Amino acid sequence: MSDDLFKLNIDGQDIEVPRHYTLMQACEEAGAEIPRFCYHERLSVAGNCRMCLVQWEGAPKPIASCAQTVGDMRMNPDGSAPNIKTSGDYVEKARAGVMEFLLINHPLDCPICDQGGECDLQDQAVAYGRADSRYELNKRAVEDKNMGPLVKTIMTRCIQCTRCVRFAAEVAGVEEIGMISRGESAEITTYLEESLTSELSGNVIDLCPVGALTSKPYAYNARPWELRKTESIDVMDAMGSAIRVDAKGDGVMRIMPVINEEVNEEWLSDKSRFIWDGLARQRLDKAYVRKNGKLTPVSWGEAFEAAKDALSVPAEKVGFVAGDLIEVEQAKAALDLARALGVQNTDCRPAGASYGVDGVREHYLFNPTFMDVEEADALLLIGANPRKEAAVWNARIRKAWLWNDLKVGMIGEAADLTYEYEHLGTGPDALDGLFKRDSEMAEALRNAERPIVIIGEGALAREDGAAILKAAHDYALEIQAIKDGWAGFGVLHTAAGRVGALDAGFVPGEGGADTATILGGGMDTVVLLGADEVDLSKLGGAKVIYVGSHGDAGASRADVILPAAAYTEMSATYVNTEGRVQMTRRAVQPKGEAREGWAIFRALSDVVGKTLPYDSAEALRAQLREENDVFAGLGYAPGDAGVDALKAPMAAAGSVNAAVPFGAAISDFYMTNPIARASKTMAECSMQKQGLETAVAAE
Amino acid sequence: MALRRFDIEAGGDSFSFKPETEPTIAFWLAKYPEDKKRSAVIPLLWLAQKDNAGWLSEPAMREVADRLEMPYIRVYEVATFYTMFRLQPVGKFHVQLCGTTPCMLRRANDLKEVCQSKIGNKMHVTDDGRLSWEEVECLGACVNAPMVQINDYYYEDLTPESLGEILSKIENGVEVQPGTYVDRLNSAPEGGLTSLTEAGLFDGSRNEIAVLPNLPDAAPEPEPAPVAAAPKTTLIEAAKPKPKADDKPDVIEIAAGEEDDLKRIKGIGPVNEKALNELGVYKFRQIAAWTPANVDWVEDFMSFPGRIEREDWIAQAKQLAAGEETEFSKRVDAGEVESSKDEGDE
Repeated sequence: MSDDLFKLNIDGQDIEVPRHYTLMQACEEAGAEIPRFCYHERLSVAGNCRMCLVQWEGAPKPIASCAQTVGDMRMNPDGSAPNIKTSGDYVEKARAGVMEFLLINHPLDCPICDQGGECDLQDQAVAYGRADSRYELNKRAVEDKNMGPLVKTIMTRCIQCTRCVRFAAEVAGVEEIGMISRGESAEITTYLEESLTSELSGNVIDLCPVGALTSKPYAYNARPWELRKTESIDVMDAMGSAIRVDAKGDGVMRIMPVINEEVNEEWLSDKSRFIWDGLARQRLDKAYVRKNGKLTPVSWGEAFEAAKDALSVPAEKVGFVAGDLIEVEQAKAALDLARALGVQNTDCRPAGASYGVDGVREHYLFNPTFMDVEEADALLLIGANPRKEAAVWNARIRKAWLWNDLKVGMIGEAADLTYEYEHLGTGPDALDGLFKRDSEMAEALRNAERPIVIIGEGALAREDGAAILKAAHDYALEIQAIKDGWAGFGVLHTAAGRVGALDAGFVPGEGGADTATILGGGMDTVVLLGADEVDLSKLGGAKVIYVGSHGDAGASRADVILPAAAYTEMSATYVNTEGRVQMTRRAVQPKGEAREGWAIFRALSDVVGKTLPYDSAEALRAQLREENDVFAGLGYAPGDAGVDALKAPMAAAGSVNAAVPFGAAISDFYMTNPIARASKTMAECSMQKQGLETAVAAE
Repeated sequence: MALRRFDIEAGGDSFSFKPETEPTIAFWLAKYPEDKKRSAVIPLLWLAQKDNAGWLSEPAMREVADRLEMPYIRVYEVATFYTMFRLQPVGKFHVQLCGTTPCMLRRANDLKEVCQSKIGNKMHVTDDGRLSWEEVECLGACVNAPMVQINDYYYEDLTPESLGEILSKIENGVEVQPGTYVDRLNSAPEGGLTSLTEAGLFDGSRNEIAVLPNLPDAAPEPEPAPVAAAPKTTLIEAAKPKPKADDKPDVIEIAAGEEDDLKRIKGIGPVNEKALNELGVYKFRQIAAWTPANVDWVEDFMSFPGRIEREDWIAQAKQLAAGEETEFSKRVDAGEVESSKDEGDE
């Protein structure tokens, strides 16, 4: 593609654009607004809606600007630049004609359509269409299709733009949606109306320019103009996708993606998008204390007294375990309280994991940013399944694989990642093989100019995790994945709160016990900070104080429950796996008597007589920034800024148990945290997925 | 066009291609590179339809998708796009009745009534499973309108009576002749030619050498026109006088096993040897006796014409017939010449 500039005259304005631009891009560059339905920046060009017609003076017909490459255009006979008009009678008549055809078979059901108010067709009909229709025959009707529990279809409204078809095939990588039949009977459907299996299927709802594909859980819940829109950060995985929380009154009505090119582009995983009904179910909205074996609602004061009693044991008999969704503020307050009490047994990592204690932040970050995979030429995944652990990033890998010839190798459980990869093995021995250059992929990694090595929780949350981390890091050093300007080594975390808690120092103190030891019995009191993904079966007789938002595994084992706010109910700091510090914003009030996590520990510190030195979240954050300057930069991922710290080999960390294959960090994509487990929508998805998988296994 | 959906129930659970179809599948797959084999989707769907009693069941479609490593939805799109892929069962004899304008003007609608009364509604299969019908768009035989296609053959110039008769015969298992049902040859006028009737149009006497106006100057002078009544040939071929039938060399009868190994002549491989044997040429002495007219005549049957003279088969044959050896025949006898072995090719 030549980047030579091409001269155009658009609406009387001379402009130069790169030759590979489409005419539509050129027109937008010139400040003109071009209506469109089928065209989408992140999908291939289809050119079938014809809404983007413009006039090219001298051309016999109006031009579909989305499909016209600027470099292919011809000069005027006198050699001057082509004259394009994006308005005027000619263009308006052409667009009105297209609009009239599109509306011939489109039902006039806007008053009962969920897309009403945010519908491209509605808006453009007003802006570009005729006042009335001249069509007098019957409109066609199309059967609605099943696309699973997330996407509701009203196919009569479909205008066959095929955005959903292209999204499924190109971005999601599951060729499941297609257009069958032809002409007037053309229909969009999945194969025999099977449910979509992609983790990104909800995005077709945003892509659909009309109301044909709408959100099933959100159906008839609200009108867009009634919703209070709050931009925030998602915590369902460690990506920290940008989201918009739409709320009405007390309830979150829906969650939509917000464009953040560096993180989620404009996609969102189904878990992040449809989790919201879990925010209203199974909530801990009161403090509880276990009396005679039964959890009984009590006042905050009484609960604090019970907590104080539980904490009045020798400090070495107390442990704090932080869960996956913990925000930095809560981690900081809880940690400060623990240290004030003399407790060293604090940990935020999954049982068995031993990373994050060597003082080098880069050793637990995802140093090559999400974006960098588009510049990489080889990618090695160790014990990570990005499709489940970071579904949106997986789409970016697929994009790089599709367009940039990225080679992917994977060590761990084989899975359908939506792109081809070389499966190098299931356990640490495969890593040895790479050192010995025993495969084509090994050569490809070695010869790559910008290789990336990613290690996932499946390889880290085990006895020899530290040794595997070191081996992976050594390998990254050996293949020169770490060099000036390129930090090709990183950890893909699965929990939104993990990096933030590590940054806050939520790891065992001097001589402190780690998660496995704290939960392995022998403690008198265990404080769980929303920790539900850990094994609580060996706690023995320990008293459990649970601080969290949902009644899940931790709460049912608890003796004292202190209800906390969920991520949509507070303005809190999260650090994503790249080390990007971001903040959620409060969209709705915390449920019932629930309070923000840090405030609970601040109040508890008062009760136990170790008052923490901050009275507001802002004061707490100021102290955080003072102690660790990573918290100073919002929205910034360090990327290769930390490459120097990465260059030194890690300290020796024991031997690798080569025989044990890497497990999967996530077994059920839809059920990874207490909010998801409270969500009916997620439960449906999970059942559906399992049903599918069982059916295949039985064959 | 109505909604098209698979008849899931009638399709059963499984489908497999007939063993005799496999070579055809291999033929189609061989046309495309391994990673582009989805290009063969239409031929394979067509074969699947043939192997599945004339319609494409859902398992058949899946079989095609699996073979081509295509997602089901992509094959589904193709199968539903082309209406000649039928998604529900049809009779053993499926009548496709053309209802497009030319046929309609020639009263195709009357034929529809015949089908309606004899078979039933469109896509209804008679109880004995022998017949079904549907209306299709133009089948490209407008000059013989109205017409129907039954399985692979056209039945043309139909009237309600003749179609009724055809259907009755099929019902009763009587063979019916495809083609036109009026007095005409193919698409020629009914009852014989009414124009262009001069014999000279067809006996070649009007053939003249055409000189292309834009030939380069160096083009050879056209040879004089042949006087004799030549068979119908194209103008370019006519530029060279055709050998006459009486230029055929003499044929001899020999007992099996007595033929010479003609491959010992340079220029004759297994293919040319076979062609010569078919012309009755088995012996070196026959070739040695060819006249120039014989050579011209034989040349027409050889691959790569011109080599009889170029490689001087006659001189070679004379030597070999006399029991001598040539440079080439020595190498053949020594097994050095690959193309002169029986399994070799030209």
